[in-house]
Amino acid sequence: MKKLTLLVFSLRHAQGIAILFLLAACASAGPTTLTVMTHDSFAISEDVVTSFEEANNVDVVFLQSGDAGSMLNKAVLSKDAPLADVMFGVDNTFLSRALAADIFDAYQSPALSAVPAEFVLDSSFRALPVDYGDVCINYDKNYFAENNLAVPQSFEDLAKPEYNGLLVVENPATSSPGLAFMLATRAYFGDGFLDYWQSLKDNGVVVVDGWETAYYTNFSASSGNGNQPMVVSYASSPAAEVFFAPSPLTESPTASIIASGMCFRQIEFVGIFKNGQNRDLAEKFVDFMLGEQFQEDMPLNMFVYPVNEAAQLPDVFVNFAQIAENPAMLSYEEIATNRDAWIEAWAEIMK
Amino acid sequence: MRNNLLNYGDTKTWRIKFLRILVSPWFSRLFLWLAPLLFLSIFFFYPLTKILTLTFDLETFTDPNNLRITQHATRFTFYQATLSTILTFALGLPSAILFSRFDFHGKSLLRALTAVPFMLPTVVVAAAFNSLFSYKVTGSMLQVFNLQPSTLNFLLILTAHVFYNTTIVIRIVGNALSQLGPRIEASARILGADTFRTWRHITLPLLRPSLLAAALLVFMFDFTSFGVILLLGGSNFATLEVEIYIRALQLPNLNLAAFLSVIQLIFTLIFSILYTRTINQVQTQTAPRFSTARPPKTIKEKIFVATLTLLLSSFFFLPLVSLPVRSLTRLEPDRGQRDQVQYGFTTDYYEELFINRRGSLFYVPPVQAAVNSLGFAGITVLLSLALGYPAAYALAKPTRLEKFLDPFLMLPLGASTVMMGLGFILSFGRLIASPFFIPIAHTLIALPFVIRTLQPALASIPERLRQAASTLGASPFRVWQTVDFPILSRATLSAATFAFTVSLGEFGATLLITRPEYPTIPITISRFLSQPGGLNYGQAMAMATLLMLLTTLSILLIEKLRFNNAGEF
Repeated sequence: MKKLTLLVFSLRHAQGIAILFLLAACASAGPTTLTVMTHDSFAISEDVVTSFEEANNVDVVFLQSGDAGSMLNKAVLSKDAPLADVMFGVDNTFLSRALAADIFDAYQSPALSAVPAEFVLDSSFRALPVDYGDVCINYDKNYFAENNLAVPQSFEDLAKPEYNGLLVVENPATSSPGLAFMLATRAYFGDGFLDYWQSLKDNGVVVVDGWETAYYTNFSASSGNGNQPMVVSYASSPAAEVFFAPSPLTESPTASIIASGMCFRQIEFVGIFKNGQNRDLAEKFVDFMLGEQFQEDMPLNMFVYPVNEAAQLPDVFVNFAQIAENPAMLSYEEIATNRDAWIEAWAEIMK
Repeated sequence: MRNNLLNYGDTKTWRIKFLRILVSPWFSRLFLWLAPLLFLSIFFFYPLTKILTLTFDLETFTDPNNLRITQHATRFTFYQATLSTILTFALGLPSAILFSRFDFHGKSLLRALTAVPFMLPTVVVAAAFNSLFSYKVTGSMLQVFNLQPSTLNFLLILTAHVFYNTTIVIRIVGNALSQLGPRIEASARILGADTFRTWRHITLPLLRPSLLAAALLVFMFDFTSFGVILLLGGSNFATLEVEIYIRALQLPNLNLAAFLSVIQLIFTLIFSILYTRTINQVQTQTAPRFSTARPPKTIKEKIFVATLTLLLSSFFFLPLVSLPVRSLTRLEPDRGQRDQVQYGFTTDYYEELFINRRGSLFYVPPVQAAVNSLGFAGITVLLSLALGYPAAYALAKPTRLEKFLDPFLMLPLGASTVMMGLGFILSFGRLIASPFFIPIAHTLIALPFVIRTLQPALASIPERLRQAASTLGASPFRVWQTVDFPILSRATLSAATFAFTVSLGEFGATLLITRPEYPTIPITISRFLSQPGGLNYGQAMAMATLLMLLTTLSILLIEKLRFNNAGEF
């Protein structure tokens, strides 16, 4: 008897599954759905999406497709029949690949008028800037105070014996902040950056796969209570520490080293897929992403800075986040040509 | 009239013919294979072929740099998988004996606990280990033993593999051991064999099929290890799977990624063929026995039980218990100048889970995440049992067809999930965003487990028992009910547990593109861990604790079910 019920139960489920499948098929065929491909770090407030949906009578569906690199490669692979209409999240370290693969259609959004020209890297308007952020070293204020240790102020300082074993970085082959930091050293040292990494290695630099491990397992000022008081993270991370503190703080436990050339500026872009559906809606969504409402919502969701100059920053950003005054810059064409070779050479040194 | 009769007669012979075909061994075999093969063709072989035909290129073979990378990754993959498997058996085999032969306090809880790591995301396991052995401890260990940091990384990888996979040995070998019963051993003893000889000549040969099955599964899991290597290996170690991930998605060289995946697939096929060959050489049928466990009697047995339970609890319980501890502790106090620092116990993280502070579209109430996780796991169990049963039935009495098909069933375990994910995109396009694909991806990974768990049990059912039952007048269903089912209930529950854990642990999640409407617990955890801040970390630990409780309870429930069933017979 028991078995019989089980059989009936599973049959019912099979039906349910079939219905689910049909529903899914119907949902994806609907004319008023706009699909937006993003990386896993994308976040947005519900009411902001709703206001766009209501104003344009559309359903916005987000597809989170892995980290920025994975997302881009999935998009390139499916470019003839794209999985979405719009893609957000490709940054200046990957931009050239997106442009070379020719996955985007050009769209010169009128909203660009509020965006400084320095962010508009693609003059053909296939990829439009949405936000930026600086990858910098964060340090544990308390550790440096307690040990009477000066905070390093240059790349060269980091290789000094007093900082032996105190820095954790991410592998540039598997992590986007890791890659950004390596690019900053490349911009600073030129071809000599590999010798510099050799000296960091000799000075006990710790390499991990990604930001999560670096920040939560190794960094001493995070709740993970790790062993390294310096970590490669973002200039906005100290603000996030305050915003996500279990009890209200007047000061962040961490700060960023924003000395000249030590940070790398990441700019994230949005583009409209070639061969996508809903071109009109896609354009409206791009305008919306560059508009003030979305731009002001973004900082507390993704801890990045708006490119729209009119957008107001939240208080916690004004008070606790830092911006690098002189971030390292490499043209995206130069990154495109050398990126893989640099990473391979780096990996060879750090073995 | 006559005409009609004739017609009727024709229909009748036709019907009989049809029935004959239906009951013919040839047709029933085909029928058994229909669903599993259809599933694997659509969701495995089709996407795999699609991505490989696009990206595989023999010219990859001529580049010396590619060859060097391939050789390096292959060597390391074999090395760590072999060591990990040996270590896993070193702990798993005694544990299997412990759980199948002895009764002691807290047995079911301990057994359930050994399965929990299998389901926890790698990041959480790393956090658990980390909070247990702080870096200061490992730092001094490095100095004392004069180890290189990379040696420590390697040791951590091995430990994590043992932590994850011991449960496979306990379940598969333990099952076989309890089915064996102590009587055969007792007879050997009476005939004058000592413990060693009894094991060597009686127990081990009888256990061979399940030992091989467990070894194959553990080895395959270590062989294709991905998250553990990436997370604990630093930048020093890369298995084939890690190298495929890097070449496919990070430093794009899809040709090399395809080449590496083909190598990984070929090895998987070789292991499976070797397994099938050896397992078909010996096939001992034993009568089923139930509940052979008893409390330890002699001093030797008591020492064995005490030491092993202590070892297992400290290995599994301590890291796991550190998660709930972390989720309830406030760690801020000793840092910097802060206002009114509160110290110690807190339930803030749990309360915060229920608040959508930023009004985020991606916020999920924890109950919803749990319901999603359990729902997908439930569907995965049903789907993988429905597909695994017929396949295991056919495999239990292999004909030429089965001997040919058998090795291919293991391939999903050896296929790179990264490449499969790309294959899915090429094959199904926009459909892969449908939530329906989540249990399908989980079933792909669970199916080899289910089949490998059911097959030895099915093969061990003595044909003479079935024949005896039929001779005594039992209907085929009654034969199944009284002979097959009691033996199978144990294996079925094991198989179900595997499918359930594979799904809760989100194996093969990299296959997919996620939609925020259906996040599972592991996805929520990784969302919390993607931003800085004490609340995020605390909530991740709280969510991980919920996942742990949920999985422990589910496993205890499944085990409970087992004992009720066993009681019926």
